[in-house]
Amino acid sequence: MTAVPIHRRRFLAPLARITGGDKLVGAALVVLIVLILAAVFAPLISPHDPDAVDLSATLSGSTPEHLLGADQSGRDVLSRLIFGARTGLLGPLMVVIVSTVLGMLIGVAAAWYGGVVDSVLSRAMELVFSFPALLLAILLVAVFGVGLTAPVIAMSVAYAPYVGRLARSVALQEKARPYIQAYKVQGWSGWVICVKHLLPNIAPLILAQSAINFGYALMDLAALSFLGFGVQPPTSDWGAMINEGASAMLQGAMLPALAPGVAIVITVVAFSLVGESIADRVARREER
Amino acid sequence: MTEYALEVENLRKSFGGHVAVDDVSFSLKPGGSLAIVGESGSGKTTTARMLVGLERPDSGRIRVVGRDRSNAARGKATRLARARELQMVFQDPYLSLDPRVSVAQCVEEPLRLHFGMSPRERRARRDELLERVGLGEREADALPRRLSGGQRQRVAIARALATEPKVLILDEATAALDVSIQAQILDLLAEIRRDTGVGYLFVTHNLALVRHIADDILVLYQGRVVESGPTRDVLAAPEHPYTRLLLHSVPRPGWDPAQIAADRRALATALREARAPSAAAEPARHDPDAAPTRRSVTP
Repeated sequence: MTAVPIHRRRFLAPLARITGGDKLVGAALVVLIVLILAAVFAPLISPHDPDAVDLSATLSGSTPEHLLGADQSGRDVLSRLIFGARTGLLGPLMVVIVSTVLGMLIGVAAAWYGGVVDSVLSRAMELVFSFPALLLAILLVAVFGVGLTAPVIAMSVAYAPYVGRLARSVALQEKARPYIQAYKVQGWSGWVICVKHLLPNIAPLILAQSAINFGYALMDLAALSFLGFGVQPPTSDWGAMINEGASAMLQGAMLPALAPGVAIVITVVAFSLVGESIADRVARREER
Repeated sequence: MTEYALEVENLRKSFGGHVAVDDVSFSLKPGGSLAIVGESGSGKTTTARMLVGLERPDSGRIRVVGRDRSNAARGKATRLARARELQMVFQDPYLSLDPRVSVAQCVEEPLRLHFGMSPRERRARRDELLERVGLGEREADALPRRLSGGQRQRVAIARALATEPKVLILDEATAALDVSIQAQILDLLAEIRRDTGVGYLFVTHNLALVRHIADDILVLYQGRVVESGPTRDVLAAPEHPYTRLLLHSVPRPGWDPAQIAADRRALATALREARAPSAAAEPARHDPDAAPTRRSVTP
């Protein structure tokens, strides 16, 4: 324990707990914060209108006017990248929220009730596991039409079992702990015990998994956009940008496809680092 | 007729093919103190868990102050009524408190659930309970992680006493503590019993401890009651070979662990042999070795 005064420790606790003095994790966190800020303030910080066409700059390399060049339609790549962070983060965010809530409900219910409920829910999760997420997404696109809705629903369903499986195993462990049993002996209902005591105690681990899922969901949604099932042009989206930039690559202009690709990789790695770091911290806290 | 605080008849529980608790019966007078003694695997913890409803007995009856609780609790009213009759203190004070709930909250929670108190009354009662177990203002705001094992067990006792139970079950409640802290907690428990008249059911493997705290003793071996009676008599002149073995297992000068282990094996073989032929020949009669030795005077 360091001798930091309590009020200050409390204030810095969330940040210090996540980074834990690890520089790499700190950097990942900074990347994520920059991304979020870029997405929120996109209209203010992007140098150009993402849809403005400047034909004179078509497929130009990096110039003072267009730092990351312009694509085949003469649109500024940097501005599109910044605006692309909006759909790029919003989609996975919704996926992670829905899949986390769904997974927690399923996992905790399976662990708490056990028996038949557990068997049914566990088999249902395995069923979803065995179904390729991208195929599910493409099926849903056929039903709902192209756009962000169908892929987000599909990915939420596909990612719920990852959260559910984890939630079930940690909830099983936690349920066997005497403090949960003490609450049962006190006469609390299962619902209150789960919501007020079990969930808060397993939440950090599940959030770690969700942070890792965020990166994967981002990658999957970008893949769908790349395939043309997700966000449609001319809306700027990283996956769609790679798709559009693919032909420019043949003409020797790397930046229109490379920039969004690098953005995706950096974001996914950042989320994974942060997620793993939270999981590590929780595990270390358990050991004490 | 004496109304028992706790009455258990022919309790039985098996897990898969293994019978954990076999035909266990005992009773506890209001304000009495009974120790269930046995080594690990003897079924003592399973018995305690069935009493508070954490396990369902296969058969048998459990009555607390005359009310049956052998079946699963249906509805909130039953659940709460049962919680006010029987409470439990668990073995491991490091795991029996929610790490996110402060000491004060931990004691207030059952008060909020069970009694319609105003916030001020609740705080007063909480302070009273904490004072009762020797904890002050300083500990009240702390999270369990800041407390020592002994302090945590005090919190667990205060929490259990909050619902004003008739009987408190202490499942190896001092086993995880240092010897000096153990003595403090036992003194505290004795004091609480004198003042409030709560009955105790100690579940323990520690015979040295039983001598100080329990009026009566019940020895379990492989899920069966092998001996029961007033603590002093049983410990002074144990009749069942297993009780003698348990007594000899307490380390002391001239103690030979190898001899104890050999005796233990011999006992297990003897009991198995004694049980098998008599069961085949005369299923109605109990063999003398497996039959419980009961010395308690009828009240």
